[in-house]
Amino acid sequence: MTQSKFDRRGIVAALALGAAVVSAGAQAQELTGTLKKVKDTNALTIGYRDSSVPFSYLDGDQKPVGYAMDICLKIAEAVKKELKLPGMEVKLNPVTSATRIPLIANGTIDLECGSTTNNADRQKQAAFTNTHFLTATRYVSKKDAKLHTIDDLKGKTVVSTSGTTNIKQINEANTAKSMGLTILPAKDHAEAFLMVETGRAVAFVMDDVLLASLVAGSKTPDAYEISTEALSKPEPYGIMLRKDDAPFKAVADAATKALYESPEGKALYSKWFEKPIPPRNINLKLPMSEAMAKQFKSPSDSADPAAY
Amino acid sequence: MFSNFDFGVVFGSLPYLFGQGMVFTVTLTALAAGMGVILGTLLAMARLSGVPGLKHVAKVYVELMRSLPLVLVIFWFYFLVPYIGAYLTGASRPIQVGAFSSALITFTLFEAAYFSEIMRAGIQSIPKGQTGAAYALGMTYAQTMITVVLPQAFRNMLPLLLTQTIVLFQDTSLVYVLSLTDFLGAASKVAQRDGRLVEMYLFAAVVYFAVCFSASFLVRRLQRRVAIIR
Amino acid sequence: MNYNWNWGIFFEQSPEGTGTYADMLLSGLVWTIATALCSWIIAFFLGSLIGVMRTLPSKGANAVGTAYVELFRNIPLLVQMFLWYFVLPEVLPQAWGNALKQLPNAPFYTGVVCLGFFTASRVAEQVRAGIQSLPRGQRLAGTAMGFTVYQTYRYVLLPNAYRIILPPMTSEFLNNLKNTSVALTIGLLELTARARSMQEFSFQVFEAFTAATILYVLINLVVILLASLLERSVAVPGQR
Repeated sequence: MTQSKFDRRGIVAALALGAAVVSAGAQAQELTGTLKKVKDTNALTIGYRDSSVPFSYLDGDQKPVGYAMDICLKIAEAVKKELKLPGMEVKLNPVTSATRIPLIANGTIDLECGSTTNNADRQKQAAFTNTHFLTATRYVSKKDAKLHTIDDLKGKTVVSTSGTTNIKQINEANTAKSMGLTILPAKDHAEAFLMVETGRAVAFVMDDVLLASLVAGSKTPDAYEISTEALSKPEPYGIMLRKDDAPFKAVADAATKALYESPEGKALYSKWFEKPIPPRNINLKLPMSEAMAKQFKSPSDSADPAAY
Repeated sequence: MFSNFDFGVVFGSLPYLFGQGMVFTVTLTALAAGMGVILGTLLAMARLSGVPGLKHVAKVYVELMRSLPLVLVIFWFYFLVPYIGAYLTGASRPIQVGAFSSALITFTLFEAAYFSEIMRAGIQSIPKGQTGAAYALGMTYAQTMITVVLPQAFRNMLPLLLTQTIVLFQDTSLVYVLSLTDFLGAASKVAQRDGRLVEMYLFAAVVYFAVCFSASFLVRRLQRRVAIIR
Repeated sequence: MNYNWNWGIFFEQSPEGTGTYADMLLSGLVWTIATALCSWIIAFFLGSLIGVMRTLPSKGANAVGTAYVELFRNIPLLVQMFLWYFVLPEVLPQAWGNALKQLPNAPFYTGVVCLGFFTASRVAEQVRAGIQSLPRGQRLAGTAMGFTVYQTYRYVLLPNAYRIILPPMTSEFLNNLKNTSVALTIGLLELTARARSMQEFSFQVFEAFTAATILYVLINLVVILLASLLERSVAVPGQR
């Protein structure tokens, strides 16, 4: 084959491709990424957590429910509408803190609905839609242990959930302040709390909202207290999506923005944070903070705590 | 000592424990054992085939799997299988594999290495004269294997294959690390929800013991019956 | 494949501040080896004792040995881990339970004891098989020499049996080594747990697990090499 012949073919091919792109653009946008996958398989998979109360957890019948689950179902509705797939199936897959990011990346799940902190590090691996909660890192301990500040933990055994930003923060604090901590990694929040409950660790380092929920749901809520000092500024939680998938993120962003700005958003918040929730009808009594109200007025997906 | 323990929680959660958890465990065990034995037999035949490349690939595979802890292999495959699937099907993005299928693939591939060692011993236990006789009758390799060697190898190795299946049944509990709802996963979810660890874990231990003990008892009886007296 | 390979990750600082990611994996390796060796000591001595009991003429000893083996072989290791870690301290008198929980490095001790007892049941089966494979004449000869039962085992049966079962014992040792990874569920920071946390901190899943895989293969090779050296050095001259 001569060089000139090859070139000509190349040009013809490029022209044809260009024409195809233009005409496709004119008719309907070519589906890519997750949206294409959902269209092809007629299913969307949501990753849920075992014990991220009240964001995503198992209720009395071991069905996943929660604030983030409700938000994800809204996103699923939006996807269904966008793709005109009335019969689209919503599949559920359990994830842990340790497995959520690889499972988003490898396509096992399409949306991760729980209590995943949106930060710059993670944005290299995954994308996040609009923030649905703000929380700081603190620890819970038994009241009779009389622990309140970070320094109180010196030399003690603490637990945190593996794969979270919190375990990273406590590790960093341990090194920076030479605290001599023994840090146990637990599979999920329930297991971590159990370590404190059974005395295997004196404190559980985690997002304060999750700690409050775990304490409220425990057998003896009065026996625990949450540290006064926080290990971090309030950080944003977001629903996690695959990165580099702008069309899918656009659908999710639009759906969450519409939800948060409408009265429905506040109602949803109040359903999970200010009213009794399953399985034991505990009321978390956490009214919406000012920062959260601001976030709901003008939703943002920023990973920077200073943005809120 | 047990006064503040509440075994009622066990009865309340029985439908969940068995209806979901045990069904998952048993299905996973049965399918993985079936597919694992088939793949294991193929691996054993490959190792004994004498074909240079094939023989070595099979050996490396079996030895690699046998030198890794199951927990590590479970993590590996849970994250890797979608990429392998995409590679095999030529798809541009990782294909979606559900939690159960992923666990099934993991256990099949992992246990195949162990089943292959059993089948290798089984095939080697058949006297060379028999294969020689089969070839002398004009049988092909496939005919010899399917009609002469493998049926006897299976029969001789049946107790060991079943014992390995009981081990597999116990090993499936390790999907706990992925938060899947097998029998132990179900028990631990109830345990953590209700703060009833002691009761649930003791109950899980009793159930596993009852199942495995009766199964291995039956295997021993079977062993006596199928033993070929030479 | 939509994945950013970064093999240089091993030389980056881990967020624990105690060194690089490579150091983190190596510390996991050290815990894996320490757990495997300590639990093997329990498994070897307890397993030998149980195995011997199953070959003794006494019916009682036999029953105890059989009960032990059946109990520990028929419950999944992970369940046994939970029983030792979560259940045992609750059913003991409270002071003891609390003392157990306060132990520094509790996951390590629990893991060692649990694996030791678990592997002992498997070692016991090997020891029993080894003793039973010996010709009956050896035991009778011991008795005829006026040896006590203890002496017969110590000087006649066991030295022979251990030599016979060295290869299966090597694979039990390797199983025990691999089983240490189950202790990650109770918080032991062994190799698999370290690979997992490296993946969580750095998001480099495949690099972390590849490194762990290579390390496991290497320890396996070293153990197999040592076992074959041991086999050669204890072989009875003239046999085989």
